[in-house]
Amino acid sequence: MNTEETRQATIAGPRVLTDDMIAEIRALLPRYPTRQAVTLPALHVVHERLRHVPQQAVVEIAELLELAPAQVQDTLTFYGFFKQDAPHGRIRIWLCRSISCQLRGADDLLAYLCERTGIAPGETTPDGAFGIEFAECLGACEQAPCALAGDTLHACLTREKLDQLLELWTK
Amino acid sequence: MASSEPVLLANVGRPDSHTRAAYEAAGGYRTWRGVLARQSPAEVQELVRASGLRGRGGAGFPTGQKWSFLAQDRPGPIYFCLNADESEPGTFCNRVLMELDPHQVLEGLLLSCYATQAATAYFYLRYEYPLAYRRVEAAIAECYAAGYLGRNILGSSYSLDVFLHRGAGAYICGEETGLIESLEGKRAWPRVKPPFPAVEGLFRQPTVVNNVETVACVKHICERGSAWFRSLGVPPDPANPRDSGSFGPKLYCLSGHVARPGCYEAPLGIPLDELIERWGGGVWQGRRAKAAIPGGISTGLLRHDEFHCRLDFADPLKFGCLGLGTAGVVVLDEHVSMVDFLHNSCRFFAHESCGQCTPCREGTAWALRILDRIRAGRGRWQDLELLLEIGDTLGIIPGTTICGLADGAAWPIKNAIRKFRDEFEAYIRASNPDGYLETHPVRALDDRHLQVRS
Ligand SMILES: Cc1cc2nc3c(=O)[nH]c(=O)nc-3n(C[C@H](O)[C@H](O)[C@H](O)COP(=O)(O)O)c2cc1C
Ligand code: SF4
Ligand code: FES
Repeated sequence: MNTEETRQATIAGPRVLTDDMIAEIRALLPRYPTRQAVTLPALHVVHERLRHVPQQAVVEIAELLELAPAQVQDTLTFYGFFKQDAPHGRIRIWLCRSISCQLRGADDLLAYLCERTGIAPGETTPDGAFGIEFAECLGACEQAPCALAGDTLHACLTREKLDQLLELWTK
Repeated sequence: MASSEPVLLANVGRPDSHTRAAYEAAGGYRTWRGVLARQSPAEVQELVRASGLRGRGGAGFPTGQKWSFLAQDRPGPIYFCLNADESEPGTFCNRVLMELDPHQVLEGLLLSCYATQAATAYFYLRYEYPLAYRRVEAAIAECYAAGYLGRNILGSSYSLDVFLHRGAGAYICGEETGLIESLEGKRAWPRVKPPFPAVEGLFRQPTVVNNVETVACVKHICERGSAWFRSLGVPPDPANPRDSGSFGPKLYCLSGHVARPGCYEAPLGIPLDELIERWGGGVWQGRRAKAAIPGGISTGLLRHDEFHCRLDFADPLKFGCLGLGTAGVVVLDEHVSMVDFLHNSCRFFAHESCGQCTPCREGTAWALRILDRIRAGRGRWQDLELLLEIGDTLGIIPGTTICGLADGAAWPIKNAIRKFRDEFEAYIRASNPDGYLETHPVRALDDRHLQVRS
C-alpha cells in the first residue's frame, strides 16, 4: 500500500473493527514485549469474524499496535492465509495437493471439486456459500487424500464423499 | 531390531488421553513436581546432554549442546519457542502428540523451560491444526489451574508463562529464525546466522527453539534417566567422528502407498523395510514399492533396493539422502511416475520459498517450469543436466542461501534424477521424440499449457 492509499484509507472508511475485536486484540498485548508481535494474532481475530481483512481493518490494527499500516500490510500479504479484497466463502475448503495426498488421488479430487462447483482454486461461489483452495501438506497424510473445511478435517476422501459433503455445504 | 514398549505413544488410545485427569492418572506431572522440588536447572541440562538427545525437528542437532550455547551474560529474559509448525510434507507425528497427549508435550516443555531458565514460552502452532489448537489451549488452561504454570510454580521460585501463538499457513515459519520473525509480527524471512538464536533470537534475547517431539523426549529422560535413553537406538559409528549417535524412541510417520498408514513408535534405527512391512502392512494392493521418501520430502528418495537403510541420523546420508529429517516416510509404488513425483516436490518448494535469496527463489521457480515443460511434452535431454545444475547449486550446503529450505528443494531433484535417470530419459524421449536432443533454448510455455495438468 503506498502512502497515498494509506492516507485515503485512514480518512476513508467507517470503522470496521468492533469493540469486541478491539478488546480481544488489546487482551493479547500483555503476552508480548512488543506491540508488533500482536500483528498475526490481531489479523486472525479480524479474519475469523469478517472472513477477510479489509484495508480499513489494516489501518485500524496498525493504530492499535502503533505501527505504520504498511507494516501490517506487509505481514498480511506474506501469509497466503489472509484474504483482503473480499470475504471468503462461508465455508473455506482446503484440499491438500502435496505428495501423500497426490499419491492417493488428490489431483482427481481437486479437478472434480472444481468441475462440480464451477470455480477454480482461490475462488468463491457466486452465492458466497464456499470457496476452494489448494493446500500444501495438512499434516494428516495418514488420512490422505484429505481436506480441511473450516475447523473440520475430512479424511480419506473419494468422489462419493465429496458429493455428500457438497450437498451438506450448499444447503 | 528388538521390540520395545511404546513411550511417546503410551497414553495414546486411552480414553480422554488429552485431559489432565487421564494424564495424571497415568503418572503425569509427577516428574515435573519432582524436578522442581529436587533438581537444579543445571542438573536437568546435564541429564539431557548425557542422554545424547538430538532434535526431532529435522536437523538432529544435540539438544543439550544447543541449550549450553544460551548467552548467560545478557540482561533480560530467555525465551523458549516450541516449534509446532509441522509442515513438512509426509509429517504428522507432532499433530498426533498434540491432539492425543498434549499434556505430555506440555510437561516436556515445562521441564525444558526450567532447564534453560526461560521465563516465557511461545507455543508456535501451525494454523491448519484446529483440533490440536483446541486441545493444547485447554491443556494450558488446565496447567495454570493446577498451578503447574504461572508465578512461583508449586511453591518454587520458578515462574513461567506459556502462550499459544498460531501461524498462518507458511511452511517457512518452521525454520527457526523464520519462526522468530513471524512471532515478532513480521514476514517469516529467515535470518542470516550468526548470531544464532541462543545468543540473539526472539525480541533480540537469547532464545531456544525446539520441536514438539524433542521436548516430549525430555520428559521421559527426566523420568527414566539418560542411561535408559541411551539404551534405545543406535550408538555412534566409531569410524565417523561427526556421528554422535541416534538414541531414544522415535515417532515414524508412514503414508503414501502402504496398507496401514499411520504414526508408529520404534527405537531410532529401524530399517525402512521393517517399518513398511511390520508396521505398515506392506505396500498397498499387493504391489511392489518403487521408492520411498525417508523423512519428509526434503530428504530425497531411497530406491527400493535401498530399503535396508536404517532410519537413524546417520544411515540415510550413506544413501545420498539429506538426512533423517522428520522421519516422515512416504512410500511410492511401482506405478508412480518419478516425473510426477519430482513435479509435485518442485511445486511445493516453489510455492513455499520465501523469496529472500535469489538462488532459492529463482531456482525453485525454474525447476518447476522445466518440469511443467517436460510434462507438457516439450522436454529435452539437456533439461536433466539443467535440473541437476540447479539442484547442485542450491542451499546452505553449497553455501548459496540463508536457510535450509533450499537444500530441501535440491535433494529430491538430485536423488530423483540420479537414482531414476533412465525413467526421466525414457519419459522425455517418448513424449518429445523430435526435440529430445535439441540443445537450443526452447520457447516458454504459455498459460494454456500450464493449465493442462495443474
Ligand atoms: C524450511 C524449514 C522448515 C522447517 N520446519 C520445521 C518444523 O515445521 N518443525 C520443526 O520442529 N522444525 C522445523 N525445521 C527445523 C528448525 O529450523 C529447527 O532446527 C528445529 O525446530 C529445532 O528443534 P529441534 O532441535 O528440537 O529439532 C525446519 C527447518 C527448515 C529449514
Ligand atoms: S533459502 Fe529460500 S526459503 Fe530460505 S531464506 Fe532463502 S529464499 Fe527464503
Ligand atoms: S500430503 Fe496431504 S496431508 Fe500431508
